[in-house]
Amino acid sequence: MREPKVTEKLALAHVLSREEYKRIKEILGRTPTFTELGIYSVMWSEHCSYKNSIALLKTLPRESPHLLAKAGEENAGAMDIGDGLAVVFKIESHNHPSAVEPYQGAATGIGGILRDIFTMGARPIACLDPLHFGELRNPRVRYLFDGVVRGIGDYGNCFGVPTVGGEVYFEKNYTGNPIVNCMAVGLAKHEDLISATAKGKGNAVLIVGASTGRDGIHGATFASEELSEKSESRRPSVQIGDPFMEKLLLEATLEIIGERLVVGIQDMGAAGITCSTSEMSARGESGMEIELSKVPVRETKMTPYEIMLSESQERMLVVAKKGKVKEIQRIFKKWGLHSAIIGKVTDDGLLRVKNNGRVVAEVPAVSLALGGGTPVYTRERKRPAHLSKHWRFNPDSLPLPEDLGETLLKLLCSPNITSKAWVYEQYDTMVRTGTVVGPGSDAAVMRIRKTKKGLAFSTDCNGRYCYLNPKEGAKIAVAEAARNLICSGAKPLGVTNCLNFGNPYKPEMFWTFAECVAGMGEACRAFKTPITGGNVSFYNEDPERAVYPTPVIGMVGLIEDMKQVTTQWFKDRGDLIFLVGENTPEVGGSEYLKSIHNRIAGQIPGINLDFELKVQEFCLTAIREGLVASAHDTSEGGLAVALAECCIASSKSNLGAAIKLKSQMRPDFLLFSESQSRIILSAKQKNADRLKRLAKRFQVPLKKIGTVGGKALKINTLLSLDLDSLKRAYFRSIPNLMEKW
Amino acid sequence: MKFGVITFPGSNCDYDAYRAVKEVLGEGVEYLWHQDRDLREFDVVILPGGFSYGDYLRTGAIARFSAIMGAVKRFAQSGGLVLGICNGFQILLEAGLLPGAMLRNRSLRFVCKYVYLRVENDSTPFTNAYKIGQVVKIPIAHSDGNYFGDEKTVEKLEASNRVVFRYCNPGGELDDHYNPNGSLNFIAGIMNSRGNVMGMMPHPERATSQLLGSPDGRLVFESMYSYLSRKERRKVS
Repeated sequence: MREPKVTEKLALAHVLSREEYKRIKEILGRTPTFTELGIYSVMWSEHCSYKNSIALLKTLPRESPHLLAKAGEENAGAMDIGDGLAVVFKIESHNHPSAVEPYQGAATGIGGILRDIFTMGARPIACLDPLHFGELRNPRVRYLFDGVVRGIGDYGNCFGVPTVGGEVYFEKNYTGNPIVNCMAVGLAKHEDLISATAKGKGNAVLIVGASTGRDGIHGATFASEELSEKSESRRPSVQIGDPFMEKLLLEATLEIIGERLVVGIQDMGAAGITCSTSEMSARGESGMEIELSKVPVRETKMTPYEIMLSESQERMLVVAKKGKVKEIQRIFKKWGLHSAIIGKVTDDGLLRVKNNGRVVAEVPAVSLALGGGTPVYTRERKRPAHLSKHWRFNPDSLPLPEDLGETLLKLLCSPNITSKAWVYEQYDTMVRTGTVVGPGSDAAVMRIRKTKKGLAFSTDCNGRYCYLNPKEGAKIAVAEAARNLICSGAKPLGVTNCLNFGNPYKPEMFWTFAECVAGMGEACRAFKTPITGGNVSFYNEDPERAVYPTPVIGMVGLIEDMKQVTTQWFKDRGDLIFLVGENTPEVGGSEYLKSIHNRIAGQIPGINLDFELKVQEFCLTAIREGLVASAHDTSEGGLAVALAECCIASSKSNLGAAIKLKSQMRPDFLLFSESQSRIILSAKQKNADRLKRLAKRFQVPLKKIGTVGGKALKINTLLSLDLDSLKRAYFRSIPNLMEKW
Repeated sequence: MKFGVITFPGSNCDYDAYRAVKEVLGEGVEYLWHQDRDLREFDVVILPGGFSYGDYLRTGAIARFSAIMGAVKRFAQSGGLVLGICNGFQILLEAGLLPGAMLRNRSLRFVCKYVYLRVENDSTPFTNAYKIGQVVKIPIAHSDGNYFGDEKTVEKLEASNRVVFRYCNPGGELDDHYNPNGSLNFIAGIMNSRGNVMGMMPHPERATSQLLGSPDGRLVFESMYSYLSRKERRKVS
């Protein structure tokens, strides 16, 4: 087949800019071949190169004494958790594929992030999936929601990793462009951690796993443009997942790593062979020569361009240790998988690609790799005008609802607050028998066998907050993730982030992005939780609007002793209920404002990181000293929703509470304000004095607000609701919306 | 006493079953590879949960052709204990070691949650540590657990007391709301006529401690242990 002639016009059609095309010609000293143009177009795409975000990402805190692999160094971050073990974790987005083909888009998102974990030598132990959709009234949204949940479930369930957490939000701004993020966590012994590097001239390079087809060509480029009416035609850019293949690939990969047969290994995700060969070469300061006719393909007449750009799933690139190729191939054969030698490591810094002996591409590997020769831009910034308008809104003008009990029930029905059991019951949350607290509490908790320890995970981001105040919203996302971990008895260790934004070439969007990164950095420094890696997803816009700025935080925490695991629901009748922190009238940007008054406006709740830290340190100390029966942070829906959740959110709990709040505040603000840095604790009566003394020591406000017991939630004379009506509201909302059509 | 846990390509609860035997019984347990053909040294063979061969066809339909399945049949014929959990149960149905078939769940969705089971027969090698009528909490995790058999098959199962577990409500009553997948007669687990092969959709290996949510699954393993110990003692005397 004749290849098209490479011209500037063709380069522009590959979403490269004129300047970028010029630079490519300078690097090569000639016009690129068609294959080379394809290679640069994917490697310099936003998705692979981070060209518009990397300068700001470098301002985030990336240091910690616990770090074993830092952000950008490897496929995922790795942190020491003692006992010779490392936790390996990362989050990624699969928004664009999921917008056009929700089932496969989500499934391959899971597949990709799992490979990032086991390519490090770690066995995946958990997945979490933060999801943001449009409003469920819209049938297209229901189709996307249903498809994404099935895609996540079918892939993770078959692969055999428990999906233990995440979050689901529904806001109009995600209608055409859902946010589908996937976080995976793995566990490895230190000595099993392996690098994605190519070293040692002459060492064999193998492609292992699935064969290569035409699926997913230009997926990375597709991810780097806005969605439009034409996006439907991008369906072929969406890859097809095979979780069974991935399960076999996992076992074979861990076996060759465990047997010490490998110099380096990298999974093939975006930009397939191109990305893995160039990144491994650049990391190893080596080069690589590969022969495409040796690549196992599943379609005939594939061109070099197609093979290099294919994003067929469930493949890995392996650099073998000298003399170990046979052993590697034996192991892959045992698992019924391909392993083909496609080339060797060189020392000339070049990625040389041949097809039947003819060189089709020869480019400096470092010019393709992030941190090497990829472009770095800073874009124009402009503060969006809508902020001042929104901030002028005064909630005091709102009418007070007549029946606050009715209002609470409405909030419990709100899809943003209501139980997500409909989602997580479609996920295997327990396989590998490590799950101690599954979805539905503040954080998920896994035990670590052969130790007393556990790990806790949480993902958080309220996009509406970030829309109304990007910097403070991002701080709150970090603070809430940390608070969730603390409430489960864990100390925050590190963060992976997934930054979902609109088009960075729009100055308002880039300003918003920069503000979010600044807020995130400030909060991560306060909590001493470094960013260990993650993902940036720009261009999340449908023809009508951009998504809310959605910087998702995935946080990992360590539990020193599993005896300290704490859950959100009340435990025993007669336990006392305490509020840590202060109630303040901050309903701006709240779920109460949106669901009850149909307003998205106002100044969001303030966050004082010093105070937040004190609250968290107090709470963790109280848990560790054994003084706490349950702990739950207040977030969307405020105090009243949090108290209702303590009563009914678990099938294990069915206890009411009698609450007395002393306050002069407007009652609806008192119940539903989302002011930050608050935690509801319950404790045995005999521990009350010690708890109070501890609070004094930490200089944290602690008030007794009620007692656990009865079959109703009563708050002052403001509301009294029996548990059954709370449960009906809380558990039936999403099934009713999804199953009645 | 020796337990074997089969790893088919795509099994993903093999590790959990292996750990459960080790942690609950402290007994010898080994992984078996789907191509193994000799089970003579084993007392129990467990077919674990997962998605053998991806289950892209009917669940268990390909795994039943694995080399090891011939050996499993001979093992069962010679009186060895065979326990199929979830995908393992589906494979036993496809292999004809147990009667009936699995349909998609009534919801047409995968479902993973703790369910309540009523013990219907406590004089089997798999359930002798339970009491008849006892209500236990054990989780399920499947897309295809809707047990179906034709009238004759189900009648025969019922008449010969071979329904071992049924889905029920916390009070032990048969309640449609608590039938998680639509199984005929609320069937969650059955055995063969000889009583040495049992299949169950719920995962006893996931319910081995309060920490994980329930210790109720332990008794399946303890039952097999006490059955085999008694058998050994009888041999000795």
